[in-house]
Amino acid sequence: MAQSIRVAVAGQPNCGKSTMFNAITGGSARVGNYPGITVDRLEGVYRNNGHEVHLVDLPGTYSLTSYSMEELVARNVIVDEHPDVVINMVDATALERSLYLAVQLMEIGAPMVLGLNMMDEVKRNGVTIDTERLGALLGVAVVPCVARVGQGRTELMHAVGETYRKSGGTWKPIHLSYGPDLDPILDRMTDIIEDAQFLTKRHDPRWVAIKYLENDEQVLEEGRAAGSVSGRLEAICQEAEAITRQRSATTPDAIIADWRYGFINGLLKQGVITGGDELRRNSSDAIDRVVTHKVLGPVLMLAVLWVMFQVTFTIGAYPQGWIEAGFEKLAELGAAYIPEGYLQSLVVSGVIGGVGSVIGFTPLICIMFAMLVFLEDLGYMARVAYMMDRVLRIFGLHGMSVMPLIMSGGIPGGCAVPGVMCARTLRSPRERLATILTAPFMVCGAKTTAYLMLVAAFFPDNPTRAMFFVVLAAWGFVLIVSRLLRWTVVKGESTPFVMEIPPYRLPTLRGVVVHTWERVWQYVKKAGTVILAVSILMWAIMTFPELPEETVARFEAQRQEAVATAKAGNPAASEEELATLAEDAGKAVDDLQNEEALKYSVGGRISQFVEPVANLAGFPWQANVALIGAFAAKEVFVSTMATAYSMGEVDPEEPESLSERLAADPAWSLPAVLSVFTFMLLYTPCMVTVVAIAKETNWKWGVFSVVGSMVFAFVMAVLVYRVSAVFV
Amino acid sequence: MGISMRKMGVNQRGCIQSVAAGGEMGRRIRDMGLVPGTQFMIIGRAPLFDPVAVRMKGFTLSLRNSEADCITVEAL
Repeated sequence: MAQSIRVAVAGQPNCGKSTMFNAITGGSARVGNYPGITVDRLEGVYRNNGHEVHLVDLPGTYSLTSYSMEELVARNVIVDEHPDVVINMVDATALERSLYLAVQLMEIGAPMVLGLNMMDEVKRNGVTIDTERLGALLGVAVVPCVARVGQGRTELMHAVGETYRKSGGTWKPIHLSYGPDLDPILDRMTDIIEDAQFLTKRHDPRWVAIKYLENDEQVLEEGRAAGSVSGRLEAICQEAEAITRQRSATTPDAIIADWRYGFINGLLKQGVITGGDELRRNSSDAIDRVVTHKVLGPVLMLAVLWVMFQVTFTIGAYPQGWIEAGFEKLAELGAAYIPEGYLQSLVVSGVIGGVGSVIGFTPLICIMFAMLVFLEDLGYMARVAYMMDRVLRIFGLHGMSVMPLIMSGGIPGGCAVPGVMCARTLRSPRERLATILTAPFMVCGAKTTAYLMLVAAFFPDNPTRAMFFVVLAAWGFVLIVSRLLRWTVVKGESTPFVMEIPPYRLPTLRGVVVHTWERVWQYVKKAGTVILAVSILMWAIMTFPELPEETVARFEAQRQEAVATAKAGNPAASEEELATLAEDAGKAVDDLQNEEALKYSVGGRISQFVEPVANLAGFPWQANVALIGAFAAKEVFVSTMATAYSMGEVDPEEPESLSERLAADPAWSLPAVLSVFTFMLLYTPCMVTVVAIAKETNWKWGVFSVVGSMVFAFVMAVLVYRVSAVFV
Repeated sequence: MGISMRKMGVNQRGCIQSVAAGGEMGRRIRDMGLVPGTQFMIIGRAPLFDPVAVRMKGFTLSLRNSEADCITVEAL
């Protein structure tokens, strides 16, 4: 008879749970999101002679409290979706700590299969684990595995089938003893809960009592909503706390943790685990003597960052170039096949241009994520966090914030989109938010092109020094602003750092590929849709309304006049030379007309409308419109400036002529230049980044980033303009 | 005689006597297995002396000095 079994896969971080999940489900896994939060939900199917097993991968957590999103998700999936069997993957090299989660799962009551992973390492460490004994003592099936090579996969799934058959779908929560102080209290609470049928639809009565004693916010909230019994239970909890404080100077939740570990310890001592020295340095610790060495550690870290950066942006430039070339071809095709007019302009400039700029980023994201996943799975990121934490903590950030900041352009040329996305490696919500909100201040590749143009115009003597100061300013602003954010909108104690430093483990190719692909695909899918809409909008406000007919006619007349003058001025020229001359003359008028059209469009009008305000910061009007356009993508700054200065097409990579024009314009006084520099650095991230921020947090923070950076940038620009005007 | 874990030097071994942290920090410290009776060894410190790396129960853990302050240990 065909069966369908629903299985949840639980485990602590770094236990090889994902590797095993991928090995079991093959390529069938699908990524989704839990509604309302950014914890990924992975699902997959395993089929074997008529059985169908539906697996869901829970987030990796050390425990099942309600302190973090991941832990809550893991717990709620088990409670609400009521899987038939839970597979708990376990890092057998840290068996005691790993069983802490297993015991909590067993207290909820789901039938469990324990997968002891890393058995090869255990053996190498000279340790023996009696898996049968462990299984007998715990009353669950225990399967030794080596997930990296797929060993234990079939046995694990076989055990799942057996457990399912044996349990018959009933849950049997285990009841541990929590000592002479708490056990009588727990019994009393359990009786009250059973009598009142309090929350028993969802939970085991004793589990609820334990959670009350642990002061678990989510269960307390649920209980308070459910009725007055909650008040009675809370009173008992206070009583319990008085007792434990008096007898052992501690709180009930501490005693519960102690007894849980005590239970596990007692279990392991019954001949389950023999040999080995838990305190002995392993090979990873030996490597870390160099990798986290006082001097060598930071040096090596800089080298790794530099290499990652170089690889991402030099190798990534090739596929990026191909994709851009592809989109240019597409644009040419569009221009050739769609009749001239709005439709052509919309498709070519709006849709193809806008989407092209987004898709152009994907190779960078691909490469960056592949390396990041590799370093993370290898275990190096934990070392970086370990080394950098002391410095970043001063600014309310976390050791893990380094990577997102560097990627966003901490070394100029990065990109805030992958930067914001790789902030996922941060497990502390507040520090992560501060990182995401400030990372876009960094000098990304697109800003670099704009700065190069501006620096060439205004600081031709020492461009390197100018760029260096820009980067320094970016770091300064990031750190100061995150400090400010952590004092205000993202207020709160820093999240405890307590973090495992996992042993170095060579990642599997499959794991790296699968993870990278998941990220990239999400980026393309989500960013692509929103960005398409915004590009069309940006195109529209730069195009409409069009110049009135008489103005167009006037330009037409000017053009013909210019052509006539050019022809008349060179009577000796040949036909061919004449054609070139006429074209040049016409082009000058075209550029003027484009400038006029830009001024006339909604975008131009907005920039004139904001001029009184922008004047406070001393922006020339051309900068206004260019900065508005640059919201779509910061590269647009250069091309819009070119249009505004009637330069026609300017390649953002070679903007020398534009720089000359700017240098000659008296509107760009030194204070104005500094003010634009500041504003450019700090104002609203480009729309792709905004989408990424919204996706990684929520729309509220996306909007906050847009408005907050805008206001902050403007205030800083005005300040810079006014203060520097005093000195010039 | 108990001292704070912060005072322990690299390569020194110890045994945890009590953990005085409550709330989220206490929970995280205990969840990772830093409970009374646990033996450990300090195996390193970050370049700026903080955080500290601790070897215990077969794995390596890092925690900040401010967190180590809550942990009273006995040097072995």
